[in-house]
Amino acid sequence: MTTTDALTVRRNELVRGLLDILPADAVLHLAEALRPYECDGLSAYRRLPMAVALPSSVEQVRAIMRLCHRLRIPVVPRGAGTGLSGGALPLSDGLLLSLAKLKSILNLDPVARTARVQPGVRNLAISQAALPHGLYYAPDPSSQIACSIGGNVAENSGGVHCLKYGLTVHNLLRLEVVTAEGELLSLGSDAPDAPGYDLMALMTGSEGLLGIVVEATVRLLPLPERAQVLLAAFDDVARAAAAVGEIIAAGIIPAGLEMMDKLAIQAAEAFVHAGYPVAAEAILLCELDGTNDEVSEHVMQVRQLLLRCGATEVRTARDEAERQRFWAGRKSAFPAVGRLSPDYYCMDGTIPRRRLPEVLTRIRELSVEYGLAVANVFHAGDGNLHPLILYDANRPGELERTEQFGARILQACVDAGGTITGEHGVGMEKIDAMCGQFAAPELAQFHAVKAAFDPDGLLNPGKAVPTLHRCAEFGAMHVHHNELKFPDLPRF
Amino acid sequence: MSRDLEQPIAERVREAAAQATPLAIVGGGSKEWYGRTPVGERLDLAGHAGILNYEPSELVIRARAGTPLAEIVAVLAENGQRLPFDPPAFGASATLGGSIACGLSGPSRPYAGSARDHVLGARIVNGQGEVLEFGGQVMKNVAGYDVSRLMAGALGSLGVLLDVSLKVLPRPACELTLAKECTAGNAIAAMNAWAGRPLPISAAAFDGIRLVMRLAGAETAVHSAAVRLGGEAMADGERFWTELREHRHGYFAGEMPLWRLAVPGPTPPIDLPGKWLIEWGGGQRWLRGELDPVHIRAAAQSAGGHATLFRGGDRNGPVFHPLVPAMLALQRRLKQAFDPAGILNPGRLYPEL
Ligand SMILES: Cc1cc2nc3c(=O)[nH]c(=O)nc-3n(C[C@H](O)[C@H](O)[C@H](O)COP(=O)(O)OP(=O)(O)OC[C@H]3O[C@@H](n4cnc5c(N)ncnc54)[C@H](O)[C@@H]3O)c2cc1C
Repeated sequence: MTTTDALTVRRNELVRGLLDILPADAVLHLAEALRPYECDGLSAYRRLPMAVALPSSVEQVRAIMRLCHRLRIPVVPRGAGTGLSGGALPLSDGLLLSLAKLKSILNLDPVARTARVQPGVRNLAISQAALPHGLYYAPDPSSQIACSIGGNVAENSGGVHCLKYGLTVHNLLRLEVVTAEGELLSLGSDAPDAPGYDLMALMTGSEGLLGIVVEATVRLLPLPERAQVLLAAFDDVARAAAAVGEIIAAGIIPAGLEMMDKLAIQAAEAFVHAGYPVAAEAILLCELDGTNDEVSEHVMQVRQLLLRCGATEVRTARDEAERQRFWAGRKSAFPAVGRLSPDYYCMDGTIPRRRLPEVLTRIRELSVEYGLAVANVFHAGDGNLHPLILYDANRPGELERTEQFGARILQACVDAGGTITGEHGVGMEKIDAMCGQFAAPELAQFHAVKAAFDPDGLLNPGKAVPTLHRCAEFGAMHVHHNELKFPDLPRF
Repeated sequence: MSRDLEQPIAERVREAAAQATPLAIVGGGSKEWYGRTPVGERLDLAGHAGILNYEPSELVIRARAGTPLAEIVAVLAENGQRLPFDPPAFGASATLGGSIACGLSGPSRPYAGSARDHVLGARIVNGQGEVLEFGGQVMKNVAGYDVSRLMAGALGSLGVLLDVSLKVLPRPACELTLAKECTAGNAIAAMNAWAGRPLPISAAAFDGIRLVMRLAGAETAVHSAAVRLGGEAMADGERFWTELREHRHGYFAGEMPLWRLAVPGPTPPIDLPGKWLIEWGGGQRWLRGELDPVHIRAAAQSAGGHATLFRGGDRNGPVFHPLVPAMLALQRRLKQAFDPAGILNPGRLYPEL
């Protein structure tokens, strides 16, 4: 039997099994129906799955997992498909499991300040439901109108407010998870500190490799009495970066502290007319929130401080509409940059804040070396960079050059004491970069963790953690500082 | 004092693994009484000490596990910063490693986050004597599974902590503690109602007589919130919270077993006989008495929480809340993934781990 025939036989077997569990319209297997699922937000990687399943209950998810376990068919979970690292990229011999139909807010408890939601609920929908109670869900990825809470858990997503309010992992109380074998487990607790090992910490950010999140209980916070945003313009990126450190050194933790460079400022301005100073080399957006008095006190302090740090202009949003406009420019920076060039590639390194000027200089040098423009947008408060490389996939070789450029940026982040991904995840995209960040014993430990949850390796295999073999091959191509990272492994 | 004992520690673990010798990991010994009875040969971490990296403007401190907690707290204070989760030391000898391994947090826990919330990275020796590093010194890092946060509260049974990186924060400009007499039920209701308002609350407890709340933040914010909250300003507020955190408050005196019930904050007073003290906006409740553990655990569980025999009582039986079989099986596989020979603090958490 040829491999294509074998695949067809398996597909038929899978689809038959799925039709016992789901109504016919919740099982997709024809090429045109599969097409919308061929990629996530990283569209450079595309692949069709064997089939797509769209369960609408936890029991159906369990039955699907039991079926796939019995048939030894790998499963790739998918939320809203906004991920930027190819985490939800289908496997051609696997099932794509969409959690999009599980989209109910099951319970919102204003007294306990918690919301119990299904995984397909959109991030922003939680805050909207909480609004009448004066509460909100703090982690706010820029994709929050679309991305699902299940995807947020799987990526440990952050947002512009995470310096002060934490990442997804800091705002979860409990998860209901279906294992690779179809078992339902409860991680965390409605009470503080669940007994035993903190599996919720492990599950958060595990990119669908350890379990399927079928329910999340999240913490809600009271909406601050007031939020005010300052916009500071600088004629030098390094000076803007230094100002970030100064604000924190002054003992102030802003609710958000974002930076954009010239190209990003101009793109955003052209796109949403946020009123940004287009001649500036960099702008800082600094949001301060809290009680009315507290915000007034901090606005004065930060204003003085920014001017002392060499800001050429500091503006305070006059009203809520202007505050929203300032943020609209930042939150639409990716699509705005997308208008400048046929394609863009978003990077996600994190570095210690004080290394910002030198890493930005390095990115500029690399931009010249590769002949590709870069726009920089970043969560400056926590050192999370999003360089956006502009390219044209239709020009032969340009995607490959872009990826090489991107890999060099990530290596620069690791060399500066940082990491290859702050919030977008490893997925398929950064699988080789993982070999530069971790040595063989750590990777082996990751695989052992994976095996404890998923002994047959059926959950999103091939993503997030590279095999030692892959790294040995990759290492042979990229010898770092002339040292071999995997000296013990056979090379071929 | 700064000293690097990484190699000898790893070597010792390798030997123990080869001979299947259980190791009892000891930091400063200040929490020796916590968890099930330690067994095995003593592995001392106190000598492996020293702050490795501290840049106040990065909001990160990295230190070896044997570094005294008091040293860390003092160095942070010199720079106007603190550990936001305000861990209890339970003795002058407490180390950083022991504090993270126990995963305990102080009065600010519901408002500022827990010990595990502030872990950014860890270097460990696993049960095979391999030195591994996870996470890092940056605020956001999603490369690989979050093994460093997993170490918080694992009581050393997954790995010997060598060093830990923690997120730190500026100390608030102003703090004020207010107290008001009321019933337990009213105190719980008030703590939860206020927590849903945008007020700078940083601790809330009920000591049996009084609702005690702490405000922290900018001076103007603290003072205007104090007016809304009402109650008497406590002159020795800071001392109250320190004594509570360190269990030096009168409530904790004596030999009677001490139970910790963790429940959802708004849970009404739990109907079990004994003396109660309520912390964490209702989320952490202490109970003293010679009660049937089965009843205590059932009461905690039916409220959606769990109970720990925190101090005293039978330390050879179950101390932590029992896990459902599927969960225990998974935790056991995880233990084996880190410590296949089962030599790291075996049985300290659960007999099976
Ligand atoms: C314009 C734009 C802006 C963005 N801004 C941000 C930002 O500010 N901060 C940020 O952190 N991210 C950002 N992202 C990235 C992305 O939105 C997040 O990673 C988001 O959490 C993904 O959610 P999703 O529902 O789309 O997940 P998907 O893309 O569908 O899946 C992401 C990963 O999670 C797994 N997964 C999904 N659901 C489940 C589940 N229920 N159980 C187990 N595994 C699951 C998938 O297998 C995959 O590995 C942005 C993306 C875009 C396109």
